[in-house]
Amino acid sequence: MIEGKNISKSFGERLVLEDVSVTMEKGQTNLIIGQSGMGKTVLLKCLVGLLEFDHGKVFYDDREFSKMSFNEMKEIRQEIGMLFQGGALFDSLTVEENVMFPLTMFTKQSPQEKLERANFCLSRVNLQNVNKLYPSELSGGMKKRVAIARAISMNPRYLFCDEPNSGLDPQTAHLIDELIKEITIEYNMTTVVVTHDMNSVLEIGEKIYFLYQGKLWWEGTKNNILYTENPELQAFVFTSELTKRLRPVKGVGG
Amino acid sequence: MKFLFHFGRYLSLLRLAFQRPEKQSIYFRQIMVEMENLGLASVGIVAIISVFMGAVLAIQMAFNIDTPLIPSYTIGFVTRQSVELEFAPTIISLILAGKVGSRIASEIGTMRVTEQIDALEIMGINPATFLILPKIVASMIINPFLIMMSMLLAVGGGWLAGIFTGLFPSAEYIYGIQSFFHLYDIFYALTKTVVFAFIIASVSAYNGYYTKGGALEVGEASTNGVVYSSIAIIFMNLILTQILLA
Repeated sequence: MIEGKNISKSFGERLVLEDVSVTMEKGQTNLIIGQSGMGKTVLLKCLVGLLEFDHGKVFYDDREFSKMSFNEMKEIRQEIGMLFQGGALFDSLTVEENVMFPLTMFTKQSPQEKLERANFCLSRVNLQNVNKLYPSELSGGMKKRVAIARAISMNPRYLFCDEPNSGLDPQTAHLIDELIKEITIEYNMTTVVVTHDMNSVLEIGEKIYFLYQGKLWWEGTKNNILYTENPELQAFVFTSELTKRLRPVKGVGG
Repeated sequence: MKFLFHFGRYLSLLRLAFQRPEKQSIYFRQIMVEMENLGLASVGIVAIISVFMGAVLAIQMAFNIDTPLIPSYTIGFVTRQSVELEFAPTIISLILAGKVGSRIASEIGTMRVTEQIDALEIMGINPATFLILPKIVASMIINPFLIMMSMLLAVGGGWLAGIFTGLFPSAEYIYGIQSFFHLYDIFYALTKTVVFAFIIASVSAYNGYYTKGGALEVGEASTNGVVYSSIAIIFMNLILTQILLA
């Protein structure tokens, strides 16, 4: 479980997060949603320690992450897998080397063992025969899948995904969502996903936090988001023609 | 104020970079890779510039010494001294600041804007140590070899210029380059080279490491890396010359 308590963050005069508290449950896909510029990625980066926040605390299974030294943080970070928006694969390494990279840095496994693990992780994300390719030779969806394979190579306890299906076609986006859901259950991880894609929200949103103007505006699940009476959330959810059709008729369901 | 901000941040980045590496065998391999990328890949340009630099120096010297009172072996002697004391360590380092410095700044800058540096940090790897330390160490090891090669080729270029132009006799030139040789001059040149190598790698890496934005900012970081490392080299050249020759 990851807890963020009363997190506030500003950039200069601009307050981006104001007193946000979230609890990311283990074995679930926890979503942070909201329009662009509402502080979703900033909250994710605060939780993962890539940004220092002005006020608040972050706990990883009761370990206070925000108070830790750089070296103490390093230990927790080895339990974290992260999928970045663009994949963030290392350009100079092949797919196989990218997946093996955390193993090379932090384990004493033999080259054969590392290769076997890399192959297993790649097959887990349904990628075959790409081991020797470089990131520049992969499509956007393949890059994301390799990034997931790298993220799970160390059997992480926590998985963070920043806009995992941005820039992907609907089919590939669906595959990535499915994959995130499956590995969360398989490895019993605490998964945090930042997204503004309503398809993802309705597919994998077991716990959803909606940010609006830097504040936590609403929290719930995929089952009750469609029945929300919150006008800002309604405006976010029922934007497209497709989601407008999902809007429940008053007095029915919910 | 801006200078103090950048200087302070540069020093704190160096403090981060000079921390104990996570896995030393990986770093050793990284140093080897960087020696190839930053050093061996520069052999060609250094060789071409050095030969022509030595040739031009010798020809200019020959045209300027047209009195029989000064022996013609002076051409070889002055060419060697100029190359050894100033041209090889400083001019070649400035050229390397352009070639290697822009490479370092743009490589690290691109890694920053594509979140590869964040990815390293998330894995629990100190990105400053992982990315910058091998580049600094590799430059400080390989650059002295490049500069020694440059000295030899420049002196050789001067000799070739004599042969092709007939401006001075070959034997006199060879006698000149062997005259009044002090080993300390080599120590002086290599000390400067090592300091300049440190400046090139660290200043360029600093410019790349704090890049924000996209392609435009990476280009800007690359240019700044070259400009600031060149200025730092020229400034340190003055200080080192004063200290080492005093």
